Amino acid sequence: MNPADYLQLLTALAPEVIVVCTALLVLAVDLLGLQGKPHSYRMSIAAGITTLGCAAAVVWMFINPTVGNWHGGMLVIDPLNETVKAVLLLLTVLTAILSVDCKFTRHVGEYFALLLLATVGMMLLVSTEELLMIFASLELVSLTLYILVAFNKDSRQSAEAALKYFLFGGMSAAFLLFGFSLLYGLTGTTHVPKMAEKLFTIGADPLLTVALVMVVIGFGFKVAAVPFHLWAPDAYQGAPLPSAVFIASGSKVASFFVFAKVLLLGFSQLAWGDQEKATGGWVPLLSIIAAVSMVLGNLAAIKQTSVRRLLAYSAIAHAGYMLIGFLAPGGDAFGSLLFYVTTYALTTVGAFGVLGVVESQVGGDQLKDFAGLARRAPVLAWCLMVFLLSLAGIPPLAGFFGKFYLFAAALTNGAHNLPFLWLIILGIAMSCVSLYYYLQVLKQVFVVEADEQARPLAVSFLTHAMVVLLAAVTVLLGCMPGWLLDTIHTAIGELGW
Amino acid sequence: MLAWTIYLSFAGALACLLTPHANPRATRAVALGTALAGLFCGLAGAIQFKPVNGLEVITRVRWIPALGIDFSLAADGISVTLVLLTGIAALAGVLFSWNVERRTNEFFAFFFALIGGVYGVFLSLDLFLLFVFYEIAIVPKYFLIAIWGSTRRDYAAMKLALYSFIGSGMVLIGMLAAYAVSGLASFDLQALAQHSFAPEFQRWAFPLVFVGFAILAGMWPFHTWAPTGHSAAPTAASMLLAGVVMKLGAYGCLRVAMTLFPEGLKMWQHELAALAVTGIVYGALVALVQKDFKFVIGYSSVSHMGFVLLGLVTLTEVGWSGAVLQMFSHGVIAGLLFAVVGRMVYDRTHTRDLDALEGMGLTRAMPFASVTFVIAGFASMGMPGFSGFIAELQVLIGAWQAFPKLALLAGVGIVIGVVYTLKTTAMVFFSDKPAPAEPHDHDHPLEPITVPERLGAALLIFCTVLIGLHPRLLLDIIVPSFKSPLFKGLREVAGL
Repeated sequence: MNPADYLQLLTALAPEVIVVCTALLVLAVDLLGLQGKPHSYRMSIAAGITTLGCAAAVVWMFINPTVGNWHGGMLVIDPLNETVKAVLLLLTVLTAILSVDCKFTRHVGEYFALLLLATVGMMLLVSTEELLMIFASLELVSLTLYILVAFNKDSRQSAEAALKYFLFGGMSAAFLLFGFSLLYGLTGTTHVPKMAEKLFTIGADPLLTVALVMVVIGFGFKVAAVPFHLWAPDAYQGAPLPSAVFIASGSKVASFFVFAKVLLLGFSQLAWGDQEKATGGWVPLLSIIAAVSMVLGNLAAIKQTSVRRLLAYSAIAHAGYMLIGFLAPGGDAFGSLLFYVTTYALTTVGAFGVLGVVESQVGGDQLKDFAGLARRAPVLAWCLMVFLLSLAGIPPLAGFFGKFYLFAAALTNGAHNLPFLWLIILGIAMSCVSLYYYLQVLKQVFVVEADEQARPLAVSFLTHAMVVLLAAVTVLLGCMPGWLLDTIHTAIGELGW
Repeated sequence: MLAWTIYLSFAGALACLLTPHANPRATRAVALGTALAGLFCGLAGAIQFKPVNGLEVITRVRWIPALGIDFSLAADGISVTLVLLTGIAALAGVLFSWNVERRTNEFFAFFFALIGGVYGVFLSLDLFLLFVFYEIAIVPKYFLIAIWGSTRRDYAAMKLALYSFIGSGMVLIGMLAAYAVSGLASFDLQALAQHSFAPEFQRWAFPLVFVGFAILAGMWPFHTWAPTGHSAAPTAASMLLAGVVMKLGAYGCLRVAMTLFPEGLKMWQHELAALAVTGIVYGALVALVQKDFKFVIGYSSVSHMGFVLLGLVTLTEVGWSGAVLQMFSHGVIAGLLFAVVGRMVYDRTHTRDLDALEGMGLTRAMPFASVTFVIAGFASMGMPGFSGFIAELQVLIGAWQAFPKLALLAGVGIVIGVVYTLKTTAMVFFSDKPAPAEPHDHDHPLEPITVPERLGAALLIFCTVLIGLHPRLLLDIIVPSFKSPLFKGLREVAGL
């Protein structure tokens, strides 16, 4: 490889490079210049630098739209990747803004640097079609997230959550790696599209089914689908708020995208399995995981009194919904999945934003802490209503259209037999269950009156602005889903999926 | 013009929310303005109404091309009738909630969000759009009951929200399946109505969608949300629930389930008719033995909505027009009854127990309320001269052609209706029981009936008498609607 190639590679990787440089910059500025300054000042500066860095990366991608494939799929850049990366950077910025008002650490620089490194991991994860690279970047994401969960050194819960997350994560990484190695053994390649071609000639093979199951386990953990979900409620509850937000949003988006890519592109031949050779495909497997996730997530959420745990179980349920997207034909699978996961991530960040204010001002995340929020912080209360109803799938909010598109896309697959009708029925039935527990939260907010001495909450301008903006986006994406949908569809169209 | 009813209501909801919390007068002014504007737009639209082929297309814009979804609004005579009903109910609702002092701005915000959704359902020609508006109406109902309601409001509100959501879930399944199976890549109701779905598909899709909508129309045995919801709700919300929300369900049955899957209706006609008649008789019988004044009216709503469903499934034109007229008529009459029970009586006496009310001598204390209730009772019994008579008569004629035995049973239901109405009127207003010398009568005399209440009652009485004396005002626009292409398949199946 000559020097010119390196230069080309560097240009292609410019957004990632910018984010890495920002991480180093944040670390340096905080360690060298800001020690001894007030905590909120340090937080603001660090969040500001993070925002600028991410914005620079997005602007770069916007100005230099690149399309290319380097080193046999190690680095692939196409319009779809760039869209996903822009979403990830946006989520990082939102997480950073959310962190400003949270007081959980003295190590400001390190915290933001890790956040940015996790973002880099996610960006690389979505822009590769090579199993090795997928594994390496997935590990980068996971390791930083473990640390981010443990970042509150004063909290035993935080440490416990991180340990749990780490043990489960390590185990699932082993499964994933084992699956990848089997795939390499069978096909002799780690490049996903080439692997798909090889699989076409090999046909169904029991060993392949084993590899498939391993891969599904590995990714199933990342997206918190049942039965690989056990870490999620504890991690959501114990982690510092911004870390939980990042796991719920950014990590979800990236993992789902790469999961879909590996399964839909790599295993397209193995969708339904092979009856004669008695090997299963991933379609039945995923439908069952989706069904179990929806049922367990929603039913368990009913019993929760902690809103963080409630959101964690609802996240598990939503992972189930997103898995339905995999069953749609062709490009609609990516389209519906990406729309759903993006809107889901944005609404979840919003809901956590309100939750953060309640936690810091009222002192807990229990349902009763939300009592009378409509009087104490009316703007936040109405925004929370938008977020939760969107999660429940009430129109005209983004979550409704996301679900609608997922269901419609999955149903049109094999239209006349309607093979996934049972799954859709289950999904809709479970939406009714979810409305119940979201309304339980909203009942506290709007119906139950606060104590006599409860004062209005002091909400910082930044939090207010962010939450209102996210609520507006949730409404707008519900009323005019075309904005996001057309971008995704154009990008998919250019790839010809 | 008609489309403005939707936009103005949502704008009004937002405006009400933004009025200062401490100034209920401003909120009321905005609310009254919004309701009047909505009614005015509805009336103007009805006067200008010029259907082509039975249908007047109002707007049609590409909305989400990827899924073939249009923002298309259209009206036929049925929509116009129900839009007028919504306008009347909204105005009356505002007049009868003049005394809401607690969180007034939020109250009217939820109120008009609900009204906007209702207008939207009645005017949508795109199935997706119709569904969106249909679901928008769910959440405000929950909060109206849960925040401003009375007895067991938590339970009633949640029950209503979940019943509605389950019903709309069933509709959603049927609608997605129809979309996938038809292969039209469109949610346009006209296009879907002209597609002939396979009979095996209609066999399960029709009951799914029909029952999904009919839950909200209070079809027996899925009616149990209605009495609890009605009685827990604040007066304006009961008026809206019985007046227009139950019509949403019936309208959905007619507009979606029946036009899309006409053969399915033919297959399930007798079963559904049996359920409808059961609702008529059962609702009336249960109303007969209630101890709670509002529950009487709640169950009478179930009984009267049974006529709407019965009219729909007769597969005769006279049955359908009777059903639509009954929707209008019941909307007005039920609104009036709930206004008397909830606002005039309960808000003043703080009891709805019939035995307790019996001893209060309410005729002397509130002559206006008792006269209003007597008129509303007559209208509800189906006396000639009121709108209920002509509507129920048409339904019975249709039912007689289709299922004579059930029509007889439905007639029995009417008789029981007379009994419980007279019994309740006699107990509450004309009791022989000597009014005990109640101390509170002198210390706290019942507050007199206010001007807004009088206006609201006069408006509703005027409407039911007007349509009772001159039903052609509505029938002349309702009947031609059944000639539109939407009903082509249905007419073929009915042999018209």
